[in-house]
Amino acid sequence: MEKLMADLKAQIVAQLNLQEVKPEDIGDDQPLFKEGLGLDSIDALELIVLLQQHYHIRIANPEQGPEIFYSVRSMAEFITAHQKQ
Amino acid sequence: MNNQTAYITGHCVIRQQRVYCNGQLLWQDESAASLQEFLRNGYDRFAGQYPKFHKMDNLCKLGWLAAEVLLQAAPAVDHLPEQVALVLSNRSASLDTDVRYYQSVKDIPSPALFVYTLPNIVIGEICIRHGFKGEHAFFVNNRFDAAQVFACAALLLGSGAATACICGWLEVMDQQYEAVLYMVERKDVEGALPFTADNLQKIFES
Repeated sequence: MEKLMADLKAQIVAQLNLQEVKPEDIGDDQPLFKEGLGLDSIDALELIVLLQQHYHIRIANPEQGPEIFYSVRSMAEFITAHQKQ
Repeated sequence: MNNQTAYITGHCVIRQQRVYCNGQLLWQDESAASLQEFLRNGYDRFAGQYPKFHKMDNLCKLGWLAAEVLLQAAPAVDHLPEQVALVLSNRSASLDTDVRYYQSVKDIPSPALFVYTLPNIVIGEICIRHGFKGEHAFFVNNRFDAAQVFACAALLLGSGAATACICGWLEVMDQQYEAVLYMVERKDVEGALPFTADNLQKIFES
């Protein structure tokens, strides 16, 4: 899980072009949107693309989005659960 | 409109890795090897503290940077947000980004690129940065048409729809770029040129 979260942080910084954020600046449980990392709706779409490109996961139910993309940890938990299926 | 009631109170020109404001060379970047690098260096030199800049396409970065320099010299603080208009124009519309987006479609289309596949998005980025909420228009022409920009801005200023108008030319295609932005205001500023198509053209060619 720790390795996956570290990978995700690096991928988020690269995919979203967060040039003034270092991967290690992102907390495991820090909210990615609003008051946390401050991502917006376009970033949310890029995170969906990230899951497809790097983990070959398609989100079947869009309503799951806020839960999956709440934090790096929630993303990692979703990926791990998906890979076990 | 009586043209004497509006003046060009500031102008910013960015071309050939140089940034001019009101005719004065403010900064010259000898080190940048690409447009991307020049824009990043310009951001560090004139702005900073605006992470969304890095997500923009090159057209938006150039327009955002030119507006930043222009408004540092000619702030629009005397105008209501609803009274600041923008009238921009260029040759290539958003083709520079359209091509990149088309290439991304071959894999997984990039939402972050898609949102910049319209030239007038740069107006939105400038408005978000400075809180402007006025009228706006973006024209696509083969070359800078001072008469058209003058006519549109004059209409907005003369009708009372705006008390200030940021207007001009903003072109990006591959590594070729050019920004010429003017601040036009319905107020007399000492030394300011009257707002006319001829004066827009003279500044453009300077």
